[in-house]
Amino acid sequence: MLDKIKEFASEFFVTGDPLIYGADVSIGLTLIAVVTALTYFKKWTWLWRDWLTTVDHKKIGIMYVIASLLMLFRGGVDALLMRTQLAIPDAEFLSPEHYNQIFTTHGVIMILFMAMPLMFGLFNLVIPLQIGARDVAFPFLNSLSFWLFFFGAMLFNVSFVIGGSPDAGWLAYPPLSEMSHSPGVGQDFYIWGIQISGIGSLMTGINFVVTILKMRTPGMKLMKMPMFTWSVLSSSLTILLAFPILTVTLALLFIDRYFGAHFFTLDGGGNPMMYINLIWMWGHPEVYIIVLPAFGIFSEIVATFSKKRLFGYKSMVFALMSISLFSFFTWAHHFFTMGSGANVNIFFAITTMIIAIPTGVKVFNWLFTMFRGRISFKTPMLWTIGFIPCFIVGGMTGVLLSVAPADFQFHNSYFLIAHFHQVIIGGVAFGFFAGLYYWWPKVFGFKLNEKIGKWAFWTWNIGFYVCFMPQYVLGLMGMTRRVSSYGWDKGWYELNLTSTIGGFLMGIGFLFQVWQILHSIKFMEKDTTGDPWGGRTLEWSIPSPAPVYNFATLPQADEKDPWWEEKRRLAEGGAPKPQSKLEPIHMPKNSGVPFIMSAFWFVAGFGLVFDWLWMAIPGLIGVGACMLYHSFNYNTDYYIPVDEIKRTEAAARRVI
Amino acid sequence: MAQQPAHDSHEAHGSLKSYVIGFVMSLVLTAIPLIVVLNDILDGTAAKVVLLGSAILQFVVQLVYFMHLKEEGKPRYNLMVLILGLIIVLTIVAGSIWIMTYNKVA
Repeated sequence: MLDKIKEFASEFFVTGDPLIYGADVSIGLTLIAVVTALTYFKKWTWLWRDWLTTVDHKKIGIMYVIASLLMLFRGGVDALLMRTQLAIPDAEFLSPEHYNQIFTTHGVIMILFMAMPLMFGLFNLVIPLQIGARDVAFPFLNSLSFWLFFFGAMLFNVSFVIGGSPDAGWLAYPPLSEMSHSPGVGQDFYIWGIQISGIGSLMTGINFVVTILKMRTPGMKLMKMPMFTWSVLSSSLTILLAFPILTVTLALLFIDRYFGAHFFTLDGGGNPMMYINLIWMWGHPEVYIIVLPAFGIFSEIVATFSKKRLFGYKSMVFALMSISLFSFFTWAHHFFTMGSGANVNIFFAITTMIIAIPTGVKVFNWLFTMFRGRISFKTPMLWTIGFIPCFIVGGMTGVLLSVAPADFQFHNSYFLIAHFHQVIIGGVAFGFFAGLYYWWPKVFGFKLNEKIGKWAFWTWNIGFYVCFMPQYVLGLMGMTRRVSSYGWDKGWYELNLTSTIGGFLMGIGFLFQVWQILHSIKFMEKDTTGDPWGGRTLEWSIPSPAPVYNFATLPQADEKDPWWEEKRRLAEGGAPKPQSKLEPIHMPKNSGVPFIMSAFWFVAGFGLVFDWLWMAIPGLIGVGACMLYHSFNYNTDYYIPVDEIKRTEAAARRVI
Repeated sequence: MAQQPAHDSHEAHGSLKSYVIGFVMSLVLTAIPLIVVLNDILDGTAAKVVLLGSAILQFVVQLVYFMHLKEEGKPRYNLMVLILGLIIVLTIVAGSIWIMTYNKVA
C-alpha cells in the first residue's frame, strides 16, 4: 500500500530538480502564512464579502492587477532563469528539458496570464468611470470572467509542481504537442488552463463592447468618447472575433490527444500545418488586442501631460478601428517559411506592411500633441516618451520581417525574439505601466512616489536596450530561438552576456516598482482633489477612490474632454453645470456563484488533465448546478437610498 | 444596467405565431437534407448544393425568428456585428483553403 502511494506521488509531483523543491517549499510556506494571517486577523469574512464575491468593477480591476503582477513576477523569473543559462556557453544551469518547459511557461504566462489580465484590470478600473457609468453592463459576468481567468491561470501554474509543465512552446505546435510526442500531462494543463481562462476573456470582450455601446452618460456621442474608451472598444471587438478561433483550435487539439482523433497528427489524414494556420488566426489579432489599449492609454497620457487636446482625434479613431479589422488579414506572416507558395506570401507580406500605416499615423498624432505643449515629465509621461522610440524601432524591424524572402533568413532567429519583445515590452508593458501609474491615484486614493518611479523607469528602459539590442545581432549571426546552450566556438558569448546583464537590469527595475508601491503605502500621500494630474476626462471629476456607485448624478458630457471644458468654464467665472436631483441608485448585489462555479471548472479541468473522470464529471455537474442556481435567482439587485449617497458624498468632502 | 429601473426595460420579442413559424421552418429545413441524403435522391455536386443551401436558409431563419434581427432598433449594432462576423468567417474559411492548398499531406 505504502509503495503504491509512493509510486503515485513520485509521478504526481514533479521530482528531482532542486529548483522545483525550493519552489515547493516556498509555495507551501506562503500558503501557510496567508491562511494563518487571515485566521489570526479574523479576515475570512472580509475576504469573502468584500473581495471574492464582489461584482464591483473597481474591486475586480484591483484583483486583476494584483494577479497579473504576481504572474509578471513568475514570468520574469522564468526569463531570468533562461538568461542565466544563456549567459555563458556550454552552461549546465538548466537541463535542456527544463529549459523547454521554462520558455514555454514564460511565453504563455506573459501573454495570457500577465498582459491580458493587466489589460482587463485597466478596462475594469477605468472604462465605467471614463464613460460616466455606474458599473459594466453585466457585473455578474464580469466577476465570472475574473474568476475563470484566475482559476485557469492557477491550473496552468500548478503544472509546475504537479504533473510537469508543458514544454512544446507557447503556441504548442503539433506534432510536438500531440500524444505521440508529448505523452505527459503538461500539454493538457496547457489546454485546460487556456481554455478556462479563455472563456473568461471572451466574456470580458462581450461585456465591454456592450458597456461602451450602451452605457455612456447622456451627451457622450461615439465620436466624443475618450480615446482609451475607443481603444478598448476596438480591442474588445477583436477579442469577440478572435478568441472563438483559439477555443476551437485547442478543442481540436484536445480531441486529438484525448480521443485519438487525427486533426493535426502526421498520420491518419491529419495535417499539423492546419493547426499553425488556425492558431495564428487568433495569435495575430491577439497581439493587437493587447497593444490597442496601450495606444489608448498613451493617447490619454500625452494629452493630459502636454495640457493640449489630442491631435487628430478622428484619424486616431480611424487608425484604431482599421487596425482591429486588418489584424485579421495578416496571420500567415508568422509562417512564411511553411511553404504556401509565393502568392500567399506576397498577399500576407503586403497586408502586414499596410497595417504598419495606421500605427505610424498614431505615432505622428502623439508627437503633434506634444508639439508646443507644456509637457510635465511625471512618471506616466516618462513611460510614454520611452515607448515612442522603442516602438518605432520594434515596428521597423517588424516591417523588415514582413518582407517574405528576407523572413526566410530571420525566421525563428533571435532577430525575431528581439523584435517581438521590443513591441510587446516597449508597447504593451510600458503602456500598461504608464496606465497603472496614471490611474493609480484614482484607484487607491494615494499617489505613488515619483522619485523611486523614475529609478524604476530608467532601469527598465536601459535594461531593455541592453538586453534586446544584442539579440538582433545574435539573430543575424545565426542564433536561433529556443536553443538551451551554445558552444564557445560560435562567437556569441559577449553579446549573450550583455543581454543577460540587461535582463537583470529589468529585474531590478521591477524590484524598484515593488519598492515604490510599498514605500508609497507606508508614506501615504493622499490625493484629496480627485484630479492630481489635471485630467481631461470624467474619471477625474469624482473623488479618489471613486465611491461604490461612481457618480452620484450622471454627468452631462456634451464635448470631448468634458472635465477639462468644465474646469475651463469654472475658471472663466462660469456657473457649474446644473446637477439633476439625487435619486436612489440601482446597483447589482454581490454573488458567490462566479467564484464557486470557476472553482468547479478548476476541478473539472484538473480531472480532465489526469483523465480522472470521477473528478471531471462532478466538476462539470457543479458548473451546471451553478448556472441553474443563478438562472433562478431573481434577488440580484438593490437600491442605494438618497441619504446614504449624501453621507458618502459628504465624507468625500463634496457638497451636492 | 444601473441607469434603468429593475427588470422592466425588456422589449417584447416575437409572438407565438412567429415562433411557431420559425420552429416549423427550422424543422422543414432540417428534414430536407436528411431526406435527400438518406434516400439517395441526389448525390455529388447537386447534393452539396442542397445541403449548403438549406444550411444557409436555416441560419437566416434562426436570425430572423429567434435572434430578432429585424426588430432591432437603431443603431443596428447586432446587424453590424453580424456582418463583421461574416466577413471574418469568410476570411477564415477562404484563407485557410487558399493557404492549405499548397500544404497538402499526401
